[in-house]
Amino acid sequence: MALLQIAEPGESAAPHQHRLAVGIDLGTTNSLVATVRNSIPVVIDDAEGRSLLPSIVRYRADGTADVGYSAQKQQSLDPRNTIVSVKRFMGRARADVQHVESMPYDFVDRGDAAPGMLQLRTAAGVKSPVEVSAEILKVLRERAEQYLGGDLVGAVITVPAYFDDAQRQATKDAARLAGLNVLRLLNEPTAAAVAYGLDHAAEGTYAVYDLGGGTFDISILKLAKGVFEVLATGGDSALGGDDFDHRLFCWIIEQAKLLPLSAHDSRTLMVKAREVKERLSVETEVRANALLSTGEVVDVPADSQAFARMTQPLIDKTLAACRKALQDAGLKTTDIDGVVMVGGATRMPHVRKAVGAFFGQTPLTNIDPDKVVALGAAMQANLLAGNHAAGDDWLLLDVIPLSLGLETMGGLVEKIIPRNATIPVARAQEFTTFRDGQTAMAIHVVQGERELVSDCRSLARFELRGIPPMVAGAARIRVTFTVDADGLLSVAAREMGSGVEAAITVKPSYGLSDDEVAKMLQDSFGTADDDMRARALREQQVEAQRLIEATQAALASDGDLLTTDERDAIERLLADVSRSLATNELEAVRRATEALVAGTDDFAASRMDRSIRAALAGRSVAELAK
Amino acid sequence: MPARFALDEAELERAHKDVQSKVHPDRFASGSAAERRVAMQWAARANEAYRTLKSPLSRAAFLCERAGVPIDANHNTSMPVEFLAQQMEWREALDEARADGDAARFSALTGEIDEVHGRLIAELASALDVRGDYAGAAGLVRRLMFVDKFRDELRSAVEAQAAPKASA
Repeated sequence: MALLQIAEPGESAAPHQHRLAVGIDLGTTNSLVATVRNSIPVVIDDAEGRSLLPSIVRYRADGTADVGYSAQKQQSLDPRNTIVSVKRFMGRARADVQHVESMPYDFVDRGDAAPGMLQLRTAAGVKSPVEVSAEILKVLRERAEQYLGGDLVGAVITVPAYFDDAQRQATKDAARLAGLNVLRLLNEPTAAAVAYGLDHAAEGTYAVYDLGGGTFDISILKLAKGVFEVLATGGDSALGGDDFDHRLFCWIIEQAKLLPLSAHDSRTLMVKAREVKERLSVETEVRANALLSTGEVVDVPADSQAFARMTQPLIDKTLAACRKALQDAGLKTTDIDGVVMVGGATRMPHVRKAVGAFFGQTPLTNIDPDKVVALGAAMQANLLAGNHAAGDDWLLLDVIPLSLGLETMGGLVEKIIPRNATIPVARAQEFTTFRDGQTAMAIHVVQGERELVSDCRSLARFELRGIPPMVAGAARIRVTFTVDADGLLSVAAREMGSGVEAAITVKPSYGLSDDEVAKMLQDSFGTADDDMRARALREQQVEAQRLIEATQAALASDGDLLTTDERDAIERLLADVSRSLATNELEAVRRATEALVAGTDDFAASRMDRSIRAALAGRSVAELAK
Repeated sequence: MPARFALDEAELERAHKDVQSKVHPDRFASGSAAERRVAMQWAARANEAYRTLKSPLSRAAFLCERAGVPIDANHNTSMPVEFLAQQMEWREALDEARADGDAARFSALTGEIDEVHGRLIAELASALDVRGDYAGAAGLVRRLMFVDKFRDELRSAVEAQAAPKASA
C-alpha cells in the first residue's frame, strides 16, 4: 500500500516496475481473463489453449468444486449441483429471477423474514451466488498468476452497465472472496469501447450494443482526445442469449408435445436448444433432436426464419432500450458514428440485421465479441496499475444506470441522483421531521425510475437516531448520497443542528458477513507452509521499512499541516513500527504497520488535498469550490 | 473561466475534462485509501460543478445564489399575471394536442415554447452579465424553471405520439 507516496497524477511511484494486473470478464455463460503484455492486450488461455471458461460450477459432496468445461460435461447428469448462469442470481432474491420454475436447483427459502440474496442447497452445502462466482474468479486468478509468474496487484472486473447497486456489491464481494484486489468495477460496454477506441484511435459518438448470455446493455459514448465519456446507458439486466435459448426450448417442447420434464431432461433439452441456436447462426435449417430419459425421441425441424420470428419480441425490447438511451443522450440515430457489437449473442444474424436497420449502418464486429470486454478491461487494469508511459493514457467518465432516491411520505420516491449522472457523484438533500418531538428518522434507499417505492428496488434501510426533540419541521436532516467510481453507493444522514450522524454502505445480505468473508480468506492462507510464512514476513518487513521512510519524507515536506500533538502521535506510531521490525514476528509487524497506516490517514488525505490543489492551481478553483 | 452567464460550452467542457484528468480516482487507483477518498471527493465536486454550469437554468440560479439572492422556488411563487395566464393557455393547448394527436398542433406549441425559452435566456444574459440585476434574474430563473419543465412534458408527449409501438 503506497500510503504516503504521492506520485504525479497518473504516474506510478515506481515507474520501472511492471505491476501484474488483469481484466476479468465475469460473464453469464463464459468468463475470461486478459492482461497486457509488451503493450498488447491478450486473453490468457488455459493449459489446453482454450480462452473461455464456461461460467459453470459443480459442487461435490466432499466440498470441492469443478469449474468450467469439466463442470459443463456433468451438467445434465448432476443438474442440481451444477450451477449455470449464476450471474443472473447476483444480488437477487428468488422472487426476482425469471423462469425459476424450470430451474433444477434446490433454492433455500429464506422467506420474508430474511430478505436478501437467494441461496442454493448443493452437495457441498448451502451456497450464495457470491460464493459460486468466487469459484469461477479463483480459477481465473490462478490461471493468470501461473501465466504471469507472480501475484496480481489487482484486477478490473467488468459488470453490465445496467447492473444495480446490489448486483455490483455482490460482484465486488465475489472478487474479494476469490482473493482479488479490485482496482475497479468497469461497465462492460465501456470496456469494449476502450478496446475499440484505442485499437482504432476512434473519435466521435459511438453506440455499444452488448447482448451477453444473460444481460443486455446499450451505452452511448463520446470519444475525444483520450476521454471516453458515457453520455447515457440503458438496458435490461435480465435479458440475454439465455432468453433466446429459452424461447427455442419452449418452442421445441410445444412442437414435440412433451409432458413436463425431469430436471435431467430439462437440462438436456436446454443444452440442445443452445446448440440449435448457435448452428442457426450459420445454417438455415437444423434438426433439434434428443433422447430423453423416458425413452422418448425428440426430433423437431427448426429453421432460421421461425427462430427469428419467435425471438423478435426480445430484439424489440433491446431496441426500445436503445431508443431510450439515445433520448437520454439527446441524440438521434443519425448522430451515431459507429455501432460496436459486443457479446456472443450478437453473433445471431437476425440480431445484427435488426441493430443495423435501427441505426442505419452496418455494425462493427472486427474484435471477437466474446473477447472484446476482457481485452478492454485488461487495458484499463494496466492503466490503473500504473504501467503506462506518461502521455499514453486516457480517462473514463462513466455514469450510473438507474436513479437513486429515498422513500418519502405516502410511499413516493424522492430522487436524489438521476440516472446517467456522471460518477463519482455526491449529492445532498435536506429533509425534516413531521411530528413534534420526533427523535428518529427512518431512511429507506431505493433505486429505479418509478414514482412509487413499491415499483423500485429497495437497497437499504437505516435509522438516524438521537435527533433532539423539536417541533415538527424544525429539524434539518441532510441526507448525502455518494456513488464512487465503481458505481457503488453509500448514504449518510446528519441532523444539521445537533450534528447527530448515521451512515451506511449499501450492501445486499447474502448470508455472509464481512467478518465471515475475512475469516474464510484467512483460512485459505492459513494452510500455507513455513516457506510461505517466511516470505510473508519478509514482505511485511519490506513494506514496513518503506512505510517508515515514506512517512518520514512526508513529515519533512508537509509536516506544517500537522499540529504538534498530531505530529507526536505519528512519531510514536513510527517508533512502534521500528520496534516491531526487530521482533521478526509477522503479526506484530502487521499490527504496527496497520496502526501507522490508520494513524496517518488524515495526514495523507490533507497531503493529497494539497497536492490536488497545487495541480489545479492556475485554474479557477473558485468555480469548482462553490 | 469568468463567472458569467454567457459562456463557451466547448471551453467549459474542456476545462471539466482537464480538471478530471488531474483528480479522477482512476489516477490514484493504486494509491492509499486516503488518496482514493480525497480523489473521489474532488472528482465528485468537479462533476457537480460541471453539471451546474452546463445547464443555463442551474448556471443562472448558481450566479444569483452566489450574489446572495436565493431562488427559493418553493416559497416564492408569485409570477406576473400574464405569465400565469400564458401557462394556462399552454396547458390547454397541450391537452388538446394530446386529445386529437395532431402533429401540427404539437409542432406549433413546441415552436412557441422554444421561442419563449430563447427569449428568457437572452433576458437572463442581459440581467446577469450587463445590468447585474440579480433580483430580476431570480424572477427570470423561476419562469425558466416552469418553461423547462413544461418543455420536458411536451417532449415526452411528442415522443409518445411518434413511437406508439415503443412499448413492445
